[in-house]
Amino acid sequence: MQLEYFQLIDRIVELDIDAKTITVEALVPKESTIFEGHFPGHPIMPGVLLIEAMAQTSGWLLLALLNFERMPFLAAVKEAKMRGFVSPGERLMIEANILHEGSGFAITEARIRVDGKLRSNATITFSHIPFPNPDMRGHMDAVAKRIGFPQQTIVP
Amino acid sequence: MSSTFDQVATIIAETCDIPRDTITPESHAIDDLGIDSLDFLDIAFAIDKQFGIKLPLEKWTQEVNDGKATTEQYFVLKNLCARIDELVAAKSTGA
Repeated sequence: MQLEYFQLIDRIVELDIDAKTITVEALVPKESTIFEGHFPGHPIMPGVLLIEAMAQTSGWLLLALLNFERMPFLAAVKEAKMRGFVSPGERLMIEANILHEGSGFAITEARIRVDGKLRSNATITFSHIPFPNPDMRGHMDAVAKRIGFPQQTIVP
Repeated sequence: MSSTFDQVATIIAETCDIPRDTITPESHAIDDLGIDSLDFLDIAFAIDKQFGIKLPLEKWTQEVNDGKATTEQYFVLKNLCARIDELVAAKSTGA
């Protein structure tokens, strides 16, 4: 996890195109300037970043289902619940599944677990459009490689 | 069984917190009811689920943007309901 670059996902553990599910892993850094302010003496991962982590996880699932031809963008967050503190150094397992695939939009359900215990969950809506430009597509390709996106899932 | 319009009006009222009695078949979802594109995603989700269809929002938006259709054709509720009925019929005949 590189919080300053908004890279919240470290590795795709499992991507099941048929079941439309994904599991990723993310290690919360032991140190970050974010924890200096949130909060002094009691460092915890901000809830908005947990939501972002669930959104990015869902986004990779959608990118796979959209065959990397369209880019999902966060549109709405519903029923986001922070069920327990997430501390520096903890390893997150983040899962997402598809709740609905509409025309130009999709809704996912996502969960964050630490040692099997649910810490956060949310229902997230995305709109998706063709990649706005080749630069963005190139960037996403590079991130996909870094986090171990299974390239064989993309149909040429 | 309630009509398509009754079901759609109920969905809109509940999703967007709009008084049910202000929603009529002649209401324009955008111009009269003030529903924006993000709220319409919630409505589309509920309609897709309730009727077992997939509203072709992208195609409609493209047609409106290209000047091939007007928003009235898709977003005045009586017209929206007619489209829903067409999609349901097409689904049941496997078209």
